[in-house]
Amino acid sequence: MRGGRVLTPIVEFDSIGLRYGTGAEVLRDLDFRLSKGGFYFLTGPSGAGKTSLLKLLYLAQRPTRGRISLFGEELTDATRDVLPRFRRRIGVVFQDFRLIRHLSAFDNVALPLRIGGASEEAVESPVREMLAWVGLADRASARPPTLSGGEQQRVAIARAVINRPELLVADEPTGNVDAEMAQRLLHLFTALNRLGTTVVVATHDIGLISATPGAQMIRLENGAMLDPTGVLKNPPHPRGDS
Amino acid sequence: MFDWFFASPSERRLLGSRALQGPTPWVIAIMTFSIMIVAAAGLALADTASRVATGTQTRFSVQLPDGERNLPAALQAVRSAPGVSDAEAVPEADMRKILERWLGPAGASADLPVPALIVFDVRAGASAQAIRQRIEAAAPGAKLIAHRDALGPLLRSLRALQWVATALVLLLGGASAAAVVLAARGALDTHRFTIEVMHGIGATDHQVTHLFQRKIAIDALIGSLIGGVAAALVLLALAAGASFAGELMGGATLGTLDLVILALIPVALTVLATWVARAAVLATLRTAV
Repeated sequence: MRGGRVLTPIVEFDSIGLRYGTGAEVLRDLDFRLSKGGFYFLTGPSGAGKTSLLKLLYLAQRPTRGRISLFGEELTDATRDVLPRFRRRIGVVFQDFRLIRHLSAFDNVALPLRIGGASEEAVESPVREMLAWVGLADRASARPPTLSGGEQQRVAIARAVINRPELLVADEPTGNVDAEMAQRLLHLFTALNRLGTTVVVATHDIGLISATPGAQMIRLENGAMLDPTGVLKNPPHPRGDS
Repeated sequence: MFDWFFASPSERRLLGSRALQGPTPWVIAIMTFSIMIVAAAGLALADTASRVATGTQTRFSVQLPDGERNLPAALQAVRSAPGVSDAEAVPEADMRKILERWLGPAGASADLPVPALIVFDVRAGASAQAIRQRIEAAAPGAKLIAHRDALGPLLRSLRALQWVATALVLLLGGASAAAVVLAARGALDTHRFTIEVMHGIGATDHQVTHLFQRKIAIDALIGSLIGGVAAALVLLALAAGASFAGELMGGATLGTLDLVILALIPVALTVLATWVARAAVLATLRTAV
């Protein structure tokens, strides 16, 4: 509930557990919902399972138990063929950027549009605009190895948001940029959030969290979720209960 | 149907490598060359076997060990036998010329006794037994030889060699497919990071597959053209009798249908490589999340 109205969940985790191979569970008993249009920070010490949780969110990993729904559709047992349709609705900023080294900054940012089937004419303008927004208009033809860490991070962010995703997932998005650029990127995220994008940011940056009023916080410790603010806890309703 | 083959410049940049990089085109070139040479040999053998079989079906020889002494009587007996056509005595000079090929100058020596020989064809329905009786009556000691019986082992050898050639073509085709599977897996390993990023952004398996399918199809096309042209040049040299092998194959020819089959081999290998690459890439991608 927010302001007396029921918020539509965009993400629903129901008793989610995750283990890699035969190791111990890195995530356990995660029960939560993220509301459409919400802004969430994911915090916790290193090794708490933040990156694993984000992988579940952007469908790079399947849970070993429990059920996941995204955009109102149950995806736990979804076949490979249906996943791309959902991944295209998610923007991801990876901690290690994951830029394709042999492609220019322009081509890296344009990739989601091209994969979505946009024509070259439809790609040119938004990509130039986005690169300008992250301060890299003059580095459009540069390849990632020639960019600084901060520049690579901005290219990664530009790639994540170029499609106006419904869900934006960012893993330490301001880890390699200066304070001014961090504020600028946060402004980009809040602007997208105001346009309706649900934002989930994993960060250790307390300044970032305190600069985003209204954002909710998910705290992970040892693979389990704590609820420091008391506003997130929202166990899913039983099946069939609308 | 072939839209995957025509990639945009941005799609081509995704895999980032130019054609003729890596071993795939050269492996395909060697396979195409080998398959075409083996197939050409097999087709030439088939042609030779067919001509030998056709030419010997109705042909007989009469061998007279005493030389030309009984030749006129034997020739008369053959010509008067029912069902016989085109009976001719082989001139001694021709016989010695043939012997000379095998024995050298000694074969042409008058000291070497040479049997007299009559060659004739029979029409359908003629009785070899009746002809034999007539010849033996006219020239005691004469020996009637059916060419199809004499050349039977040769024909069987030619047929066996044809099967060997067919098996070799199939084996080489299988080896080509295996090489393409390895190349596809190698390409997937090389570009694993790019694929993961593309998948993460929402690329489908088919979008990723098209990139690799196209690259391997181009490599296969270039390789099969190189191998095909090289094989064609070798076959032309052989056909022109420009080498010792040409001499050996002088009697063998390739018909229009044979040439069409040979020309289709590079095309078939390109199609095979493309199909195998697609199947291998899709199978590998399906093991991902």
